[in-house]
Amino acid sequence: MLIEARRSGLVWLAAAALLAGMALSAFLAQLAITESRLLQAAVVAALLRVSAVFLLATQVVASVRREIDDRRLELMLALPVSRAVQYLGRLAGFIALGIVLAAAFALPLLLWAPAAAVFAWALSLACELALVGAAALFFAMTLGQLVSALAATAGLYLLARSMSAIQAIAAGPLAQDTLAHDLARRAVDGVALLLPALDRVTRTEWLLYATPDARSYASLLGGMLIYIALLAVAGVFDFARRAA
Amino acid sequence: MRRDERALRELSPWLWLALALALAAQLAWRAHAPSASVREADLPPAPSAAALRLASFGEPQAAARLAMLYLQAFDYGGANPNPYRRLDYARLIDWLSAILELDPKSDYPLFAAARLYAETPDAAHSRMVLELIYRQFFADPDRRWPSLAHAALLAKHRLQDLPLARRYAAAIERNTHSPDVPIWAKQMEVFILEDMNELEAARIMLGGMLESGAIHDADEARFLRQKLQELERRGAPGAK
Repeated sequence: MLIEARRSGLVWLAAAALLAGMALSAFLAQLAITESRLLQAAVVAALLRVSAVFLLATQVVASVRREIDDRRLELMLALPVSRAVQYLGRLAGFIALGIVLAAAFALPLLLWAPAAAVFAWALSLACELALVGAAALFFAMTLGQLVSALAATAGLYLLARSMSAIQAIAAGPLAQDTLAHDLARRAVDGVALLLPALDRVTRTEWLLYATPDARSYASLLGGMLIYIALLAVAGVFDFARRAA
Repeated sequence: MRRDERALRELSPWLWLALALALAAQLAWRAHAPSASVREADLPPAPSAAALRLASFGEPQAAARLAMLYLQAFDYGGANPNPYRRLDYARLIDWLSAILELDPKSDYPLFAAARLYAETPDAAHSRMVLELIYRQFFADPDRRWPSLAHAALLAKHRLQDLPLARRYAAAIERNTHSPDVPIWAKQMEVFILEDMNELEAARIMLGGMLESGAIHDADEARFLRQKLQELERRGAPGAK
């Protein structure tokens, strides 16, 4: 997967994202009248996080589509290797790619944030990218079409990152106390149960104010690992049903 | 990445011409279209903090700071001799409140409120911002006291409203408990009642804040020194 990523130009795109982040930080430093270090850290971290997710998701979906279009997947299915091993091996490759991306994208943040905070952010980003890789692999294998797989991955990711805000709006003090609203609020809460809590991980505030305590940090990473396992098992389940 | 491709000289001249024309049309169109500058534009109504939070996609700290830069650009510019005179201050207060709610630990909104927006020559507008600083101070006194300290100085020297200045000073005295807050700030009421002009007070305040480590940011220190120099050039209005 890493060799394929290098051949497909991912390295150049990642370098371009890093360069764009540094240029943006230099530009913002000229505008801020206070908190310029915090401003640079916050905006660059947000930009690099979303860039890493976008790069990994497109890489996974495009790679799987290429395998299917070139009929390499059919060839793999004919090999005497179990489907679960094939699927999980592919996923492990994408997770390794996510770890490399997370490490590369965390390095510039050392300019503005303490090393411990950057490490906590990078480890969380690596888990987040593993989750995105697992989701992109699942949708690419299941949906078959490149656009639908990308849209489903992006939809899941953006919804997961906005869910807390949506829940807060639904439970706002000005909301009407009607049956329809109550049902809508419960529906929102139900959808939230099916999503990973991506709005609580890889938080910029760790870089700006304080690193999380070990217990809550471990709980956040544990939540992501559970969701990665869910996506992996769902993917293996769907792959096992696939006709050769 | 390498592709099998034909040499550029083998392409039809019509293609070159079409590409040049399309690029020229784009440049001409953009050069003559009115720019989307926010300097002269009216400040739009502030979104709610919940809407800002939703739009931030889980990055409230970055969104709050970008929103401050956006807000800062309104009715301000190098050639504008009266910055913030045309600004709708009611909307401005809503924006600052929403941004503070988005990231309560950020010092940027209250710093800008005290050092940019409250320094307007319009007394009514200045009072609106000072009241915002006063209200927001109680949410986190040990972090937000520098803005209220500056608000007290503005109330005394710009608005000539000593009771208001003493109210702000008393709030700092009674509500700050951190050892990081300097002694002069904890005795702010005495400081306000001292017989000194605005320039002297500003010098003592800036020196005290730099010495106590209340200013961590190099840009902030530079900005405050610049403000002090402006005050010196103007001959310290409000000097007795």
